[in-house]
Amino acid sequence: MANPMKIRARVDGDVVQVRVLIGHVMETGLRKDAEGKLIPAHYIQLIDVTYDGRSILSAQWGPAVSRNPYLAFKFRGGAKGGKIRVAWIDSTGQTGSGETAVE
Amino acid sequence: MIAKRRHAAAWAALALAAGLRLCAAADDHTLQEIQKYRQMLQEGNPAELSELRGEELWTSPRGPNNATLERCDLGLGPGQLKGAYARLPRYFEDAGKVQDAESRLVHCMMTIQGMTREQATRDWYRASSDIEALITYLAAESKGEKIDAPLSHPEEARMYSTGRELFFRRSGPLDFGCSSCHSLEGRRIRLQELPDFIERRSAERFMAQWPAYRVSQGAVWTMERRLIDCFRQMRWPEPDYLSDAIVALEVYLQRQARGAVMEAPGIKR
Amino acid sequence: MHLAIGLWSAVGAALVGCTAVPASADDAAARLAEQVLRKSLSGATSEQWNTRVKQDATQAACSKFRNQPPPQIAAEIASRARSAVRYPQNAVLIGDWRAGEQLASIGTGGQISSLNPEAPSTPRGGNCYACHMLAPTEVAAGTLGPSLTGYGKRYGTSTDAAKTLYQKIYNAQAFVPCSVMPRFGHNGWLTPGQIADLVAFLLDPESPVNK
Repeated sequence: MANPMKIRARVDGDVVQVRVLIGHVMETGLRKDAEGKLIPAHYIQLIDVTYDGRSILSAQWGPAVSRNPYLAFKFRGGAKGGKIRVAWIDSTGQTGSGETAVE
Repeated sequence: MIAKRRHAAAWAALALAAGLRLCAAADDHTLQEIQKYRQMLQEGNPAELSELRGEELWTSPRGPNNATLERCDLGLGPGQLKGAYARLPRYFEDAGKVQDAESRLVHCMMTIQGMTREQATRDWYRASSDIEALITYLAAESKGEKIDAPLSHPEEARMYSTGRELFFRRSGPLDFGCSSCHSLEGRRIRLQELPDFIERRSAERFMAQWPAYRVSQGAVWTMERRLIDCFRQMRWPEPDYLSDAIVALEVYLQRQARGAVMEAPGIKR
Repeated sequence: MHLAIGLWSAVGAALVGCTAVPASADDAAARLAEQVLRKSLSGATSEQWNTRVKQDATQAACSKFRNQPPPQIAAEIASRARSAVRYPQNAVLIGDWRAGEQLASIGTGGQISSLNPEAPSTPRGGNCYACHMLAPTEVAAGTLGPSLTGYGKRYGTSTDAAKTLYQKIYNAQAFVPCSVMPRFGHNGWLTPGQIADLVAFLLDPESPVNK
């Protein structure tokens, strides 16, 4: 489980609350290791969330986002059973994704 | 800011009280902001990711015996996970000693999966280690359970007594012992709130939160990791991982916290 | 000066006796704990054991009595402490407050961890802000000890005030036996000159502590 992801999507009145937790090192590229060498940058650059195939959130992340990032947002027009899919690509070209149904 | 009075003693006492009141006013705002930050952290606790990984490790065949850990007895019977963490440390007949969650886990990794102690504990303290994930998973299986480490076996009593002595034991270039920072109510180091482990309510509140994800480390720290780090801060040499000194301290702390409802894995700065 | 000692003793006693403390050690339990500690610190060199784990008489007494020593023991501790105070060679007790300000903020040094190693050359300080409020502009100050904001305005810069404060920082147990405050001078953590700089940080009217 290299980059685990946990997605929770819940109907809350007339919006759907989405919470995503991603395991990712989000290395800024500015830190130094014990020997004083720079640890190479390695962070998520693009993240995209779709609902039933339609993009509902798209973001460009950078080194300012912490390790093991947490993303929370809400949107209208969703319903129970709809499919939420999260996909990301990082600065080394690695990708990750996950999906869940709205509860 | 501080009034001058004729009688030095009264004046000094007033100054102290005034100083404390002023400190309290500054404290309230500071504490409020810290609380807000903490609430924000609660919602996205990355420890959940460790928990998922721990569950996967628990149920995967591993080690020379290619066996899963599902038969591991954590005190409530083989494979009984619910509430087990909350009832540790305790005496185990088959090991002939009092073991905490981590030493019992390693015991199972060795006896069931066939690993050597070195294999089981390799890099245990590094972020994203197997032990970190497994302990997070085990602790989460005790969420909602009351802390209830037993004190019925003579060995448990001896470890409790030893843990208590170690808690109060001061030494080193700064004369530090656990009690230096953890035996006074409502104090903090810089802006870090300190648990008072002598005061049961405070002990309960804090012990219920471990293991915890530490934002500053980007990792879940087990109780042993946290305790061993205290020794670094006290300028002592570090006790060995899984050593009796650490387990004894845990027995004392868990007894102080008995009755607390487990909330772990927690999240801290 | 005696009034100051009295005040510190009262403050110290009040602070130490805040929570209900369990009964003091019985010697068998303490001996067992010592054995367990020995076995558990298998990686410690004998130098590390002797300088960081082995207890001197004061540490042993304070551990045994949970920092609330009976009067006789307390008197012995205070007397030992007072007789061992060493002053700076040049006899200047109020040094450079700017140097003291630096020392008050430094909390590193002296660590011997293998899990989280610290470079041996890491500077040491008094780490005063860990436990005390000092300059009012520094918000990140602890509350383990009393606030020292405005200290110099309260006590002035007389020889008596400087000497009492110097002794207090050198060995707080000269005034409050079993105080949790480290014996910075007695244990050689800070030099007499550094302590004089801290005295200045607290007493000098120009110091931010007194602004």
